[in-house]
Amino acid sequence: MDRFLFLTLDGLSRGAVYAAFALALVLIWRAGRIVNFAQGAMAVAAAYVAYSVTAATGSYWLGFGAALLAGLLLGAVVDIAVMRLVDHRSPLNPVIVALGLVLLIQAVLGMVYGNEYLPAQTPFSRTALTVGGTAVLSPYDLFVFATVGVVGAALVWVFTRTAIGLRMRAAAFAPEVSRLLGVNVGGMLTLGWALASGVGALAAMLVIPTELGLHPHAMDLVFVSAFTAAVLGGLDSPPGAVVGGLGVGLLLSYVSGYAGGDLIPLAVLALLLTVLLLRPGGLFAPVTARRV
Amino acid sequence: MGGDLLTVEALAAGYGPVPVLHDVDLRVPTGTIAAVIGANGAGKTTLLRTLSGMLRPTAGRILLDGRDLRGTPVEQLVRRGMAHVPEGRGVIGELTVEENLRLGALWRRDRTAAGHALDEVYQLFEPLARRRRHLGHQLSGGERQMLALGRALVGRPRLLLLDEPSLGLAPRVVAQTMALLRRLRDDTGLTVLLVEQNVRSALAVADQGIVMSLGRVALAAPAARLRDDADLRHAYLGF
Repeated sequence: MDRFLFLTLDGLSRGAVYAAFALALVLIWRAGRIVNFAQGAMAVAAAYVAYSVTAATGSYWLGFGAALLAGLLLGAVVDIAVMRLVDHRSPLNPVIVALGLVLLIQAVLGMVYGNEYLPAQTPFSRTALTVGGTAVLSPYDLFVFATVGVVGAALVWVFTRTAIGLRMRAAAFAPEVSRLLGVNVGGMLTLGWALASGVGALAAMLVIPTELGLHPHAMDLVFVSAFTAAVLGGLDSPPGAVVGGLGVGLLLSYVSGYAGGDLIPLAVLALLLTVLLLRPGGLFAPVTARRV
Repeated sequence: MGGDLLTVEALAAGYGPVPVLHDVDLRVPTGTIAAVIGANGAGKTTLLRTLSGMLRPTAGRILLDGRDLRGTPVEQLVRRGMAHVPEGRGVIGELTVEENLRLGALWRRDRTAAGHALDEVYQLFEPLARRRRHLGHQLSGGERQMLALGRALVGRPRLLLLDEPSLGLAPRVVAQTMALLRRLRDDTGLTVLLVEQNVRSALAVADQGIVMSLGRVALAAPAARLRDDADLRHAYLGF
């Protein structure tokens, strides 16, 4: 029973990160109908910025802030310098370009930083606190929950309560009408990319220290898990991304705890396949999809 | 007052290599309603899309209050005082009534005035006030019409472009819409360019009738003449 509790809490902590990363995918999907396959590589690039800043200043938090900033900027740059120039008439075009970006970013990171695992530190201890003899969450787990919770709440607030959020939603749902109403649709799309990439960078900062460390491919499996989470929740649904992320985190934690860590990639792909076969719209597919 | 709010000179436009509008000239005086009428495929919607910048003209000029609109991006036109209610009306179904309306006033810097404009629209269209929190796609056709019009009006436009406002609506709702346009013209000096298939109700409210045929202006005449002169009506409108 203790083990089950531990695996559950550990799965939720991991799931919170998947949720954030899935949320970033959903943001870009809603804004521009693109699945950003480059999000993992972009997030790793931001994490390397954090590594450099922390190495130069000795401060984890300066590095953390630099990663978020780098994530925001990188998202905007990718939209303006790359995605805007891609012909979107075939949905495959941006996908292929995104995959090309993955190769480019990972190659550049490898050349600059080397293809070795670099140590990534955490701001709080990862040793689990024990309550009544049972190992539960570590201070770092609590930090992960708090950060993802704050960022998620902030996103909800921005999208539902602010003028800029209203503009972003309108631009995503009805670009032509929005332009007629004076909304700078291109700018809103760029902002969406920046926000998503910033959230992606945050997720990378949270998850990389809990795995093998910093490496150009550090987010590859996380990306697949988060993509599965986003599809599970329905690519159009931010709450779906959060629920999907937590669900995938739990599943992977149980699989690795009871069946062995080697099975994680297999479990993710099996789940993805099951969702696509049984409910391709995801658990939270909007009801409007059925209207004609 | 006085003068033409909208002047179009030798306008040509089309989709890719396919020309639709040829050498279109028209004038809409400030504070009047002009009805663009004509058969399907006459180029009426294309004309509106070109006026609001969704489609780039291949030749000619569009002047709003004497200022050339060439090179003005679509999203800036609302700041110049032009509002375009597109065919099908463009209510965003995923947003609430209130959000749709707020969107129409977001570009305005004066937040207080924008808030007043929102209240006025709720007074003008009572059903919208009762359905503030409803999503756009939950509304009836008539309510969508109100929302689309209201959303254009919160921007306090000087020129309102309306594409087929009677489409799919009950005759009573069409009559209400036309009466509202007349009232806005009389009370606020709003200028309206209206594209309509429903010739009778359009001419009933309009000051000027502009008959389009095959992408050209076949006739521009006072609406009263088009209404009353049977020969003219037979020749250009076929009834």
